[in-house]
Amino acid sequence: MLQTIMDNFAQLLVWGLLATFVMTTILHGSQGLGWSRLSLSFLVGTIFTGRRAAANVLGFLAYTIGGWIFAFIYVVFFLGIGQGNWWIGLLFGAAHAVVLLVVLLPIIAYMHPRMANEYDGPTRSRRLEPPGFIGLNYGYRTPLSVLIAQMAYGAVLGLCFQLS
Amino acid sequence: MSRGAADNEQQQAELRPAKDDVYPPIEDYAAIGDGRSVALISRAGSIDWLCLPHFSAPPFFAALLDRRLGGRFALRPAAPFRSTRRYVGNTNTIETSFETNSGRCLVTDCMTLLPASRYRDELRPQAEVLRQVHGCEGAVELEVYFEPKADFGRANGRLEDRNRLGWAYCCADQVLFLRGEMPLRRTGNGAVGGTFRVSAGETCCLSLAYTRRDIAVVPTLGTDAIARLDATCKWWQGWSDSCTIQGSYRDAVVRSALVLKLLSYSLSGAVVAAATTSLPENVGGIRNWDYRYCWLRDAALTLQAFLDLGYTLEAESFIDWLLHATRLSWPRLDVLYDIFGETHLPEKALSHFEGYKGSQPVRVGNGAHDQLQLDVYGSVIQAAYEFVERGGHLDLGAARYLAGFGRQVCKLWRMPDDGIWEKRGDRAHHTYSKMMCWVALDRLLKLSEAGKVRVPVTKFREERDALEETIERRGFNQHLNSYVAELDGDTPDASLILAARCGYRAAGHPRMEGTCEFIDRSLKVDGMVYRYQPETDGLPGKEGAFGIASFWMVEYLARAGRLAEAKERFERLLERSNDVGLYAEEIDPETGSALGNFPQAFTHVGLITAAMAIRRAVAAGTPEETR
Repeated sequence: MLQTIMDNFAQLLVWGLLATFVMTTILHGSQGLGWSRLSLSFLVGTIFTGRRAAANVLGFLAYTIGGWIFAFIYVVFFLGIGQGNWWIGLLFGAAHAVVLLVVLLPIIAYMHPRMANEYDGPTRSRRLEPPGFIGLNYGYRTPLSVLIAQMAYGAVLGLCFQLS
Repeated sequence: MSRGAADNEQQQAELRPAKDDVYPPIEDYAAIGDGRSVALISRAGSIDWLCLPHFSAPPFFAALLDRRLGGRFALRPAAPFRSTRRYVGNTNTIETSFETNSGRCLVTDCMTLLPASRYRDELRPQAEVLRQVHGCEGAVELEVYFEPKADFGRANGRLEDRNRLGWAYCCADQVLFLRGEMPLRRTGNGAVGGTFRVSAGETCCLSLAYTRRDIAVVPTLGTDAIARLDATCKWWQGWSDSCTIQGSYRDAVVRSALVLKLLSYSLSGAVVAAATTSLPENVGGIRNWDYRYCWLRDAALTLQAFLDLGYTLEAESFIDWLLHATRLSWPRLDVLYDIFGETHLPEKALSHFEGYKGSQPVRVGNGAHDQLQLDVYGSVIQAAYEFVERGGHLDLGAARYLAGFGRQVCKLWRMPDDGIWEKRGDRAHHTYSKMMCWVALDRLLKLSEAGKVRVPVTKFREERDALEETIERRGFNQHLNSYVAELDGDTPDASLILAARCGYRAAGHPRMEGTCEFIDRSLKVDGMVYRYQPETDGLPGKEGAFGIASFWMVEYLARAGRLAEAKERFERLLERSNDVGLYAEEIDPETGSALGNFPQAFTHVGLITAAMAIRRAVAAGTPEETR
C-alpha cells in the first residue's frame, strides 16, 4: 500500500489540491452567500495569530495542507477496502463531515486558544464565538454546507482514484 | 432656543418617566458612529436608530420611525428622571447625566474606534456600541431594554441565550452579541432586559457587538471595555485637534467637522447626506425621504469644508470616491450614489411602518436617482478644480473623465432639468442649473489653461458664453432686479445666492445684491431662509426653513463685506442647533424644532463654509471687488 502511495505521490498531491479547492469553494461560497458564518480558514488561522488578515491567509494555507493530508487518508481507505469511486468517496466524505460537526466542532471551543466558551465567557485572548453543536451557532445552514463540502471533497478524490 | 437656554430648562425640568410610545423631538437625538454607521441616542438613553453594517443598510433599531415595530436599545433610569448631556470634549462620544430622586449617574455611549497600532493583535467585531454607566451620587436604579428588529422588523431574527457569552440576536448571516455586567433576561417576545442599581463610584458596561458573514467576536467587559472607550475618545480628540481653525466659532465648526466625519464612510471616502431616512420635513406629512446616500451636488462644498479645516486626507478620500463612483456612469452624472458608487436606488415605501409621528410613507431608496439635475456637473468639476487649486493631483484618467463631463454639459445644458431641489413635477429650465453648467465649462477652461486637462477650448468657450448670455438675458428678471428660479420666471430660489461662491458673479455685483435682497424679501423668516417659496412645490404641507440656505446667505453677506450682518445672522443660526450642536436639514421657524433627516451633512457643511467666509472677510478687511 505504501509503495502504491509513493509511486503515485505527485498524482495524489494534485487530487488533494483539487478536492480541497472544491471543498473550500463550497464553504467560502456558502459564507459569501450568507448561508453560514463558518470560515474554517479563519478558524484554523486564528490558532496561530490574532491578526484577522494574517489569520485568513495562514488558515487558508494550513487548511490546504490539511486537505492534502486527508487526501492520503482517503486513498489509504480506498486501498484498504479494495475499491474507490465517486460515491464511496461521497459516503466517506459524509462520515467525515458528521465526525467534524458532531465531535470536533463542539470541542474546539475548549482547545482553540482564541475561542471563548459558554461556561467561562470571553477573555482578552479568547473572544471568538464557539460553533456550538454541529456548528449551529454559525447559522442553521452550517451543518448542511459542511456536509455538502465534505461530500464533494470525498467524491472528487473517489473519482480521481477511480479514473487512475 | 439657545444651547444654554436648553440646558437651563433641562436642569429645571420636572423628573419625567421614559415613555416608549411617545416620539421624542428630532432634536432630542445625539449621534455616535464609527465611520461606517451612525446610532442615534435619545435624551432618554434609547438608541432608536442604527443601521448595520453601514449607513444605507437596513436598521436593527428603528423606533425613530415606529415606536412599536422599530426596535430599540435603551439604558436609562427606571424611575422618573431628568437628563442633560454633552459630547466628551471634541469627540463623538456622548455623555448623558441622569438625575433621579435617589441619585445621579452618567451614561457614556460610543461606537468604538480602535487604533490599529494598539489593537492589531486583537480580534475585534465589525462594529461595537459600548455603553458605560458610572454612579456619581447616591444610587440609581437603571433598566436595560434590548429589542432588535432587523430590516424594519421584516426579517426573522431570533434571540438566543449563550450563557456567559451573553445574548445573541441571529438574523440570516448577521449576529448581534449583547453582553452586560448586569443580569439580563428574556422579557418578552424578541426582547431582553433587566434592572440593576449603580451606586456612587461604581462603573459597569454594556456592549453590543456586530458581525456579518463571519465568526463573531464576543466583546469583553470590565477594564477592557473602559480601555476601548478611552481609546475611542482619544482617537476622536486627536482627529479634532488636527482641525486648523482657531478663534471664534471654533467649537461650532469642530462639531460640524465631527458630524461630517461621522457621515463619511471610512472604506470608500463617500459622505452620506444624513444618517436617517424619512424623518419628515413636515411632521405628519409625506415629505419623507431617504438621505442615506451621497448627493453629487454636495461635492464641491463638502470638499471645500474638508480642505478649509486642514483635513486633506478626508478631502483626498472624498475626491477619490467621487471620481471613482462617477466613472461607473460616465459620461453621464447621476444625482445620487450609494457609498459604493451604485446608482440604481429605487424608492420603496414601507407601508407597515407608522413613520415619525405618523409621517408616512417611510421610504427606502430615493426616487431622485433617475432625475436629471444639470447642476451636478458643475459641482463635480468645481470640486476637482478646488482639489487641484490646493495642490491635489489629477491622474490622466481623471482628467479625461472630467473633459468628458464637459462635453456632456455642452450636449445637455439647453434641456430642462429637475433642478437642485428635486421637485417631483415637470422639468424646467432652472437658472441655478445653467449657472452650474457655466461653472463646469469655466473651470475646465481654467484647468486647461493650467495644463491639467485637455478640452476643446473654442467649443467650451463658445458654450460657456452662450450659457452666460442665456442666464443674463432670461435668468435675470429686470423688473425684480434679481436672478430668478427659472428662465423667464419671477420666483426666488435660495440656491442662486451661490453664484457668488462659485465665481459666476462677485458678491458685490449689483445683480447679486439685487438677488440677495429679493431672496431676503421673499424667503427670509426670523433670520433663516426657505429654499423656495413655501407650498409651491406641488406637495401637501409646508416645510421648514432650510438649514444650509440660511448659512449660504451668511456666506454671501460675508463675501459682500456686510460682516456685521453676517455675524449677527450666523450667531442666531448657531443658537438653532440642538443642545449638542447638531442640525437637521430644516428648522421649523415657529417652534425652532428640527425637521427632516438628522444629522444633516449639508447643513453642517454650510456652517463650516459660512464660518470660514466670515474669517476670510475679517482677515481681508475688504469686500470682494465687483466683477
